[in-house]
Amino acid sequence: MTPHTVSGSRGLLQAEPLLFEIGDVHRTGVDLPAPKGVDRLGGLKRKAALDLPGLTEPEAVRHYVRLSQKNYAIDLGLFPLGSCTMKHNPRLNERLARLDGFADLHPLQPLSTVQGALELMAELAHWLMELTGLDAVALSPKAGAHGELCGMLAIRAALEARGEAETRRRVIVPSSAHGTNPATAAACGFIVDEVGATEDGHVDLEEFKQKLGDDVAAVMLTNPNTCGLFERDVKTIADLVHAAGGYFYCDGANYNAIMGRVRPGDLGVDAMHINLHKTFSTPHGGGGPGAGPTVLSQALAPFAPVPHLVRRDDKSLALIEHADDASSAPFGRMCAFHGQMGMFVRALAHMMSHGADGLKQAAEDAVLNANYVLARLKGHYNAPFGDQPCMHEALLDDSTLRANGVETIDLAKALLDEGYHPFTTYFPLVVHGAMLIEPTETESKRELDRFADVMIALAERAAAGDSAFFKAAPQHAPTRRLDEVKAARQPKLRWKPEEASARAAAE
Amino acid sequence: MRYLPLSDADRRDMLSAIGAGSVDDLYFNVPKSAVLSRLVDLPRAQGELDVERFFKSLAARNTPAGKTAFFLGAGAYRHHVPASVDHLIQRSEFLTTYTPYQPEIAQGTLQTLFEFQTQVAMLTGMEVANASMWDGSTAVAEAAIMAARVTKRKTIIVSGGLHPHYLDTTRTMAGAQGLHIVALPAAIDGEADVVARLGDDVAAVIVQSPNVFGTVSDLSPIARAAHAKGALMIAAFTEAVAFGLVEPPGAMGADIVAGEGQSIGNPLSFGGPYVGLFATREKFIRQMPGRLAGETVDADGARGWVLTLSTREQHIRREKATSNICTNAGLCSLAFTIHMTLLGAAGLSRLAQINHEKACAVADALAAIPGVEILTPRFFNEFAIRTPRGGADLVDVLAQDGVIAGAPFVRLSPQSGMDDVVVVCATESNTDEDIAELSRALKGAL
Repeated sequence: MTPHTVSGSRGLLQAEPLLFEIGDVHRTGVDLPAPKGVDRLGGLKRKAALDLPGLTEPEAVRHYVRLSQKNYAIDLGLFPLGSCTMKHNPRLNERLARLDGFADLHPLQPLSTVQGALELMAELAHWLMELTGLDAVALSPKAGAHGELCGMLAIRAALEARGEAETRRRVIVPSSAHGTNPATAAACGFIVDEVGATEDGHVDLEEFKQKLGDDVAAVMLTNPNTCGLFERDVKTIADLVHAAGGYFYCDGANYNAIMGRVRPGDLGVDAMHINLHKTFSTPHGGGGPGAGPTVLSQALAPFAPVPHLVRRDDKSLALIEHADDASSAPFGRMCAFHGQMGMFVRALAHMMSHGADGLKQAAEDAVLNANYVLARLKGHYNAPFGDQPCMHEALLDDSTLRANGVETIDLAKALLDEGYHPFTTYFPLVVHGAMLIEPTETESKRELDRFADVMIALAERAAAGDSAFFKAAPQHAPTRRLDEVKAARQPKLRWKPEEASARAAAE
Repeated sequence: MRYLPLSDADRRDMLSAIGAGSVDDLYFNVPKSAVLSRLVDLPRAQGELDVERFFKSLAARNTPAGKTAFFLGAGAYRHHVPASVDHLIQRSEFLTTYTPYQPEIAQGTLQTLFEFQTQVAMLTGMEVANASMWDGSTAVAEAAIMAARVTKRKTIIVSGGLHPHYLDTTRTMAGAQGLHIVALPAAIDGEADVVARLGDDVAAVIVQSPNVFGTVSDLSPIARAAHAKGALMIAAFTEAVAFGLVEPPGAMGADIVAGEGQSIGNPLSFGGPYVGLFATREKFIRQMPGRLAGETVDADGARGWVLTLSTREQHIRREKATSNICTNAGLCSLAFTIHMTLLGAAGLSRLAQINHEKACAVADALAAIPGVEILTPRFFNEFAIRTPRGGADLVDVLAQDGVIAGAPFVRLSPQSGMDDVVVVCATESNTDEDIAELSRALKGAL
């Protein structure tokens, strides 16, 4: 049991109720002039009074600071979530995104007043195309899955142009893929056909060959894959799918391992989204916002969605905002306006800070860090593909722990007590009890050793049969283990006014 | 390189611990023909000072809204955001954390998401809301897809008042799933026109209020008509501040309310990142897209929050998921929540009233100019005008005079034929001097 205090707080960790339990409708943290009471709404004024509670500024600051302290963050420690690329977020990038010349710009201002913003987008596009060796980029997708949708819709448009959209409906997706891949393929009206993995963690090439045919639209492949391995047959797969008349979509979630060293265009990729919030360090912000610019091959470039950036004869930049105005054949529009400008500024600042040399070094250090963790841990945990080097993430599983009644989830919760955010748990699905560890390049050797020491000590504790310790974890986190089953069975997704009285009565 | 902690000595030690001769050995699976033998053709690393100089020079080539008399809205709104909002969202624990997959060390994010969901539901007059979508346009597209799932029908009727970018996004994203999107011609006061198009195959009507021309409409008769035909009503919006004063869609029978939350807590930022708001009725929660924070208890029985109902989502349900969305607009939703907390009911209703009055003052000033016609019959903080001079040309000319007068509608919808229509917006950020400046410049241009 968590020790009780009178206040409910524990040292620095303050107990904090919901906003709805401390605020009220009269309280406000803004001072505004009194209105005159003009009403030209034609009888459509709000009938019911607003019930949103407010707080004064000191109360609001304290409320959200207290809540913030219940969060783990990359600024606090290692955040080795595989496939999520939690790297350091440089604060320079935050400062630059907040310059009035970017933050206080409206997307529909006359183009003559936003030439610097358009130049920035053109420069970002240049970096992304140069790095990936591809011919075009759609900047507007708002996150990775949105970029996937963009790439797959470009593929669909290309098939339509060939008159094959109705016949080519099947998309081959490895069983190790992120869930967004099959979900995206389905969202484009494709039929998902899963291809299995070999025992050493690669796409099963023989099974893949069997699946090819004139009804195949594309293959969606993550490379490096989610087992942390570079797909050794990637060029063969690209050649085969092209020969079969299909396209190659690459999920760029793991691009961090190869940037500056390998260009996806040289591997035969036709479309790939780039998670600016992973590879190029725009902050994850507790789940977003992201940005998912999508690079496209020559075959798909004509179908890139609007808006398009074009350079006029006088060197100024313009936006083509409507398909009818384009010289190519855009498949449509991904979102309102032109994309995640705030993320573009941060990502380009990150790229320019690193430069071609620094980005390559970052990729290599990310791979080196993951391999170092793998080397230190593989004698203590089962590493299903550990007899070969990994890319930027190391994959372990809980097979050696389970004999002692400890599973991946328990080890993850024990890590919370040790002051770590755990690895990605139970993904990829192709490995039972998977633990996917991605340290990234911004961790020092000292931090990695500290983490490895903890992981080894926990493995030893599990081997000693102390499963009760793991099942009881976490003991020192802001809360004990939370009941996710109850949350799903009795969904409570908002606070309701009647709870205030019920809670008061109970107390 | 200032962001890379490994020294050359570290690298050597680590390679030796791994048993690799060089880092190249770790890339052994990469086909030789695909290994770059040189650096990519891009500049080398730069220090903070040089990078900052470059970005400042680009920023200086833009004209920030604050340097002009600014009357542009049409989907993105320039409101004052209290200083504490940006301070709080830049706290490391909010800014540099991930999706709350480990709830025991993410209660800060989860509790604020629960507050966000509740605030969005309260603001829109709906029962439940999700933890955000990418932006307003994609939220509306997802609403159309959800309506098709709920009704098992495939036709979506779109009013002529929906923001044209939202229409295009819905065509792209919902069209990709085989939905049939029927768009009515652009109309300043025509939300109710969707009723005549209702049929047994219609999954939903999409209406917007205030619409892209600023017109506020009573959506109740539309909802009744839709429901009578077994269709849903999706109420879109782009200006969330409006619901501080205007009857919210939830009180007018909307089944799904989807729109843009940027105007509370988030800067213009040239179009993104913004935050999509998505609210619906409780009976539809298992059909909703996106993440949901839900209340539960921990092993000691103490209250806490987790992400829940994830069997709807792509990481569990894969190709059968309700949406492919994963990353959403987390930090922008936090900005929304903090700003909304600072406002509260008292602040929001006053803010909304001030916006309405500013817009009325601008409309009065413009109506007094010969040749200018106010087209929007009932408006909140935005309205359309017609002038004798083409909208795009007029706005460009005024921009050279330090006045951003609004959005030429033809930029949003070239096919609309509304070449002489400009959508003008006013917020609390506009001063009386701005309004005088707009009048002066407009008179001069006409």
